[in-house]
This record gives sequence, structure tokens and C-alpha cells, in this order.
Amino acid sequence: MLAYFIRRVLQFVPTILGVTLIVFVLLNVLPGNAALTALAESDRGLDTRYVEQMKKLWGLDKPLHERYFDYMLKLTQGDLGRSFLRRDPVGGLVLERVGPSLRLAVAAMLIALGLGIPLGFFSALRQGSWLDTASMVGAVSGVSMPQFWLGLLLMYALAVAVPLLPTSGYGDGSLRHMLMPAFTLGVTYMALLARTTRAAVMEIKLADFIRTARAKGLAEVVINRKHILRNALILVLTTAGLQFGALIGNTVIVEKLFSWPGIGSLLVDSIFQRDIPVTQGCVLLLILAFLVINLAVDLLYAVIDPRIEYR
Amino acid sequence: MKRVLWVLLALMLILPVAPALADRAGGTLNYVVPYGGDLLGLDAHKSTRVQDFLVLTSINRSLYSWEPGVNKPKLELAAKVDVSADGKVWTFKLRDDVKFHHGRKMTADDVIFSYNRVASPTTKSPSALYVRIIKGAKDVEDGKAQSIAGLRKIDDSTLQITLENPVDLPYFLFYPGTAILPKDDVEKKGDGFSSDPVGCGPFQFVKWVKGSEVTVKKFPGYFVPNRPFLDKIVFKIISESQARDNAFRAKELDATIVEPVQYPVYQKDPAISKNIIEVAEMFTRAIGFNFDKEPFKKKEVRQAINHAIDRNLIIEKLLHGKAVPAVSWLPSTSAGFNPNAKPYDYNPAKAAELMKKAGYEKGFTVDAVSTGNASWGTVIFEAAMPMLKRINITLNIQQMEGAALVDRMQKGEFDMFSYSMGTGPEPYQALARWKGDASRVAGNYINYKNPAFDKVMEQAAAERNEAKKVALLQQADGILLEDAALMFFNYNKAVMAYHPWVHGLKPAAVDMVYQDYVDIWVEESSPRAKEK
Repeated sequence: MLAYFIRRVLQFVPTILGVTLIVFVLLNVLPGNAALTALAESDRGLDTRYVEQMKKLWGLDKPLHERYFDYMLKLTQGDLGRSFLRRDPVGGLVLERVGPSLRLAVAAMLIALGLGIPLGFFSALRQGSWLDTASMVGAVSGVSMPQFWLGLLLMYALAVAVPLLPTSGYGDGSLRHMLMPAFTLGVTYMALLARTTRAAVMEIKLADFIRTARAKGLAEVVINRKHILRNALILVLTTAGLQFGALIGNTVIVEKLFSWPGIGSLLVDSIFQRDIPVTQGCVLLLILAFLVINLAVDLLYAVIDPRIEYR
Repeated sequence: MKRVLWVLLALMLILPVAPALADRAGGTLNYVVPYGGDLLGLDAHKSTRVQDFLVLTSINRSLYSWEPGVNKPKLELAAKVDVSADGKVWTFKLRDDVKFHHGRKMTADDVIFSYNRVASPTTKSPSALYVRIIKGAKDVEDGKAQSIAGLRKIDDSTLQITLENPVDLPYFLFYPGTAILPKDDVEKKGDGFSSDPVGCGPFQFVKWVKGSEVTVKKFPGYFVPNRPFLDKIVFKIISESQARDNAFRAKELDATIVEPVQYPVYQKDPAISKNIIEVAEMFTRAIGFNFDKEPFKKKEVRQAINHAIDRNLIIEKLLHGKAVPAVSWLPSTSAGFNPNAKPYDYNPAKAAELMKKAGYEKGFTVDAVSTGNASWGTVIFEAAMPMLKRINITLNIQQMEGAALVDRMQKGEFDMFSYSMGTGPEPYQALARWKGDASRVAGNYINYKNPAFDKVMEQAAAERNEAKKVALLQQADGILLEDAALMFFNYNKAVMAYHPWVHGLKPAAVDMVYQDYVDIWVEESSPRAKEK
């Protein structure tokens, strides 16, 4: 187990190296830079002297490979560099955005798990019933509905037409502010989990060991809970785990729409502003989150299914 | 007697209907911060963005401030100024009632500190160019001196500024980037000042929830008595226009900026249409020609394009009327605008004639670049395409993202571009980008060079009589028009919608969202009338 863990963590290194290289090259070959973007915004003509000064400060006057080497050297020392435009260390800027993003992602996942699993489970047990049809129609709509559009609809329904919740913003970070963005973010995953659960349950329902259990005279409730649900959860958990990693990355649209101060909105802002160090910091963090969550999911298998061993 | 009774009765009926609206103190204003995401920082000397200054103008004050309506800078932090006969030495008697939010009185030392800080190479201030008018500021920028030689403290409340050349100082030292900041607090906080600023403006900083909102509260020690009215302003950072619309309709925003898509909807809505203010903002949308490319070297070609495009039709149909047709470079709200100037009229026949005269009867094909912006982006080229086709000009339209476009414009990699350019508030600065010695990076994207224009500009720079100076600037603007340096398309019509309980918003031409928050007040009927 420990050997497996260490091996997996070591595998992070080439992944991170590869991704940082790709992100670095992509961002640096894009036309335009942060100084020019700042100029573009309130175009009143900018001091040539200022532009040159900033390029030098940001090291943009050096060749690409030299910049990459500098960046990696700092990175190995845990230094993510300094933001071009915000002028603060990237580490702090990115870290202060982690909390809100994580809250949003966890809330969205809880909504997805809390509604998706029961929906899928009961749909599968009552296959062909109105509940099954309705929840699957809902699931398909949920998967295919663009977050942006759903968010706007919710905003209109729950804040403008019936003023129950605030339209956007973080406020004091309370549940009231979180509900709409979390639901918007979670609904796609809820639909996905409902479908996964349903498929898994339906498959397990027909398995030999369920027939055996029934032949033993076990009560339906016990069969459903102990044998079907538990086995189905392995598949569901894998999906949920993998999706959670993706979900943190997907907060971008929702955070932007609801003015949520998370890592996603910082990422988008920094890309448009060509604040390269900040973009790199955000991407690095998102990748790390993805890797760590995947590892955690793999390790969790053993807890749910004792037959799984790690070598 | 009976008539008197009737009159009294009538009066009794009328009076309660029309109560005298008094400027009410108290309450909170939720104000929109609409441009492209979170603020970058709240250190006025280091900021580059409209988004940041929008908030900073409530916290800070500069030596001068811009007066909307009058469209001139007015003395703000000084009670009196004496200018020497040669126009080089300006002696300011500072107000002795100006206090910073941390309680200390502002002195001449703070002004000197602030300008030194703006000029210092360690600050790397984008506003350094404004302070550069002071004698010796350049030496500080170059690292040859620690402090600006032209700044002299006579006593705590008397400051002498010596200029390099006799220029109109107020037009430089009103910019929010030249705000007067407290020496002790800036030095104490270092980099931290940017997220915990202190100023001498009407509101003091409370908190900044990154990416979401900034809160400021009334500063009781503000130097104008009984001001500001509001107890608090919450600046809501909402970059999506649909989300802004929802927030405004849900009454979470007291005032919002209106996009072209929403403009006709808001105009038709009886509840909103009464509470809309509009102004020709100091942004000129224009099509630029690359003067290094052959067809555009001919004045007739540039004039032909100006005649060929029906700007009024595009404004009406495509922009839903949310633009003011342009005459020349300077907008109608600029002090240098010439009200008697005639714009190029829509005249396809004349355009064809000019093309023939230039030897381009058969036309040509050019690359037209811009962004996806709905008001001035590639849509404008798409709309103009059939009109230009009539004079045999074929457009090869390329759309790109903002930073990429600026990059292409600065490198001169285009035939034509469509862009929105800042033309305010000060007309000389707005015109100066087209001077022959201005580089593409400095904003002369088209590489315009016209000795006649440069000569008039030089005269304007040296002129100290205001009326004569304006006349010269109008003349310079007229040269651009006659020469068809650009296809002058429109001036942005900035539109702000507000709820009926909000008072004191002004048509601010520099940028509509740049309001002077001091005079804004809210009625009892505001949902946040009691919020502190």
C-alpha cells in the first residue's frame, strides 16, 4: 500500500513537468502581453517608456528557454513568481481563492451525490415507472444544459421574479449566496451520477449473487442496501471522484457568472490579462487537485471493496 | 371667500404630492463595477485600469479633480494657486482641513512624497508620464536623483512646483493615478497598501472580497462639510452583462451600466426609461488605415471610405442607437470639439468619384482586423462590407481577441482595424497620439505623420491663453478630419440606468462609471436607505 502510494506520488512529477511546459509555451507564444492588455482597456495611449520598463521587469525581454528555466528553478523552491499586474506573489493570490472554489465544488458535489444517487437507485429498482422516466428525462436535460444558461435562468427565477436569493456575489460566503452557483454547477454531475447509478444497479440486479441472496430468503431491503447499493457504489464513486477533479476546473463559468471569488474566475481574468504567472499558478493548482483527488479515489476503493489490493 | 377656500383646498391637495426633495444623508449605494473581472489593486500610483480607479476615486483625492459638465479640472486639495509670469512656477496654498483616513492632516510633504513615488523607478507607475512635467522628474525616473528637483516645500501648507516647460498643470495632476497618499501609511504597509489603502477622499476603505465586491464607508473627517451623503458604498464586481441586468432588476444594484442589447429594452420599459442618463463618452470608435500601405497613402482613398460608409444606418440598426455619430477625432463632450465642423456625409457617388481620382477605380482587397466586441468589433466591418463593395473595396475580415489585436496594431500588421480609443478628458493629450514623433506603441497605430498637424500641435502646447489654445486644438482636429486620417465612426454613448430613489448621478463623459460619489444620495424608499 505504502509503496503504491509513493509510486503514484512520484508519477505526479512528470505529469506536472509536462503540463507546466505546455502551459508555459502556449501562454508565451500567444500574441499580446499584459502591459498591452492594460493599455487596450482604457486606450488613452500608453507611455512607451512604461511598456519597456514593465517588459524588463517581467523578464519578457529574455528568450523563451531562459524564462522557462527561471520559472522552473523558482518552482522547485516553491516560488510561483510574482503577478505581472497585481504585483503580489502568485502563491498568496492563488491560495486565497482556493477556499471559495473548494466550498463551491464540495457543495455542488454534495448536491450531485445527495440527489443523483437516490434518483438513479430508485429509478433502476422501478425500471419503466414514471419516476424512472421522469428522472432520466431530467438527467438528459441536466447533462446537456449549458451551465451559463441554467445559471441565468435560475438567477431570473429565484432572484428577480421571486426574490429569494441574491443574484450573485460572495457576500459573507453564506449558504444563501452559495445555493444558486452550487446548484448550477452540481446539476450536470447530479444527472451524470443518476445515470451511472442507474446503469450500475441494473447490471448488479441481474447478477448471480443477488439471485442467491434472494434464494436465501433475505429481505428486499437488505438485498438492496447491502448487496446492490454497496456494489454499485464502486462504480459511482469512481465516476464521482474523477468528476470532482474536473468539477473544480469547471467552476470557471459558474464563478464568472455569479461573481464568485474562486480560482476559476481568477484563471479567466488572468488569461485575458496575459498575467502569465497567475495563469500558470492557477493551472498548476488545478492539476494538483485533479491528481490528488484521483489518487484519493483509488485509495478509497480498498475501503469500499476489501477484495481490491494495491501492489 | 369661497374662491379662497378652493385655492386653499387645491394647495392642500398639491403640496403632499410634491414634497420638496431634500438631499438625504445616510444609506448604502450598491454600485456596479462592470469591466473585465476583479480589481488588480487599490494602490492608485500603481494602477492602470478603469476598473480600479472606479473604486479609487471614492477613496482618494488628487491636487485637482475633473469637473463633469464643465469638463475642466478644478482645484481640489489647495485653496489657492499663484502662477508665475512665465507659467513655470506654481505656488499652491494647500487646504489646511484635509485629513487622511487614519486621522493625520495632509501636508506639503505628502504631496511631495506622492509625486516622488509616482516618478520613482521602483514604483513603476503607469502615471509617471503625468508627473514628468515637473522639473527634475525625469532624473528620478532615470534613477539619477532621489527626489524631484522641481518640488519645494515652503511650509507645511505651501508647496512650490516648478515645471520643465510652461504647460497647463491642472490637466496633468488631476488624474486619479496622481492621488495624494499618506507618506507614513504607505511606507508602513509596503506592498500591503494595495489591499488596505488609505486616502483623503470622502470614503474610507473597509474590505475587498476578491473577485466579488469592495466596500467603503463614509469618512467623517472629509474636508467638505456635510459630505458625503451616503454611509456606505458597495462596489459589486459583475462582469457578465446578463448578470448585471438581473442584479439591477432584483434591485441589488442601485445603478448599472447599459449594454447595446439591453438599451432598446430599457428604453421601452416605462419603469426604467425615466431613470436613464446618457452622455457621449470620451471614446472614439474609428476605423484606422495603415499609412505604410499603398492604397491608404492616398488621401482620396481615405476620404472615399469616409463617404462610402453610412454610419448613421449602422448606428441605428446594429448598435440600437447606442452611439453618437462622430464628426472628427475629438468627441462632442471634449473641450476641443468644434461644433461647426461638418462630418463626411454618406455619399456613394462621391466616394466612387474619389476612388477614380486616386486611380483605384477597380478597387482593392484589404485585411480588416478587430475583436468580437458588439459595438466596434468585426461586426462593423461586416455591416460596412456591402457599402465598401460598391466602391470595389473587398474586406478580408479577421477577428481576434483584444490583446492580440493591440499587438497587431502596435506592430503595424494590418491594413484596416476597427477600435475604440480613449479621447479624453484632456484634448491636447487625446490629439498628441497622432503626432509624427509618436510611436505605434504610444497609440499612433496608423503611423500618421503630417507636418502641418505637428506644427499646430506645437503651437497649442506653447499657448497659455485658454481660448486661443482651444482654437488651435480645434484646428488640429480639423486637419485630421480633412485629411481623413481615420474613418470617424462614432463616440460611445454611455448609458446608465438607476432606480428612482437614487439622486446625484451625473453624465460623466470621461467614463460614465467615474461618478463623484460625494453628491450621490438615496431616498427613504431605497431598500438600503437605513443600511450602515
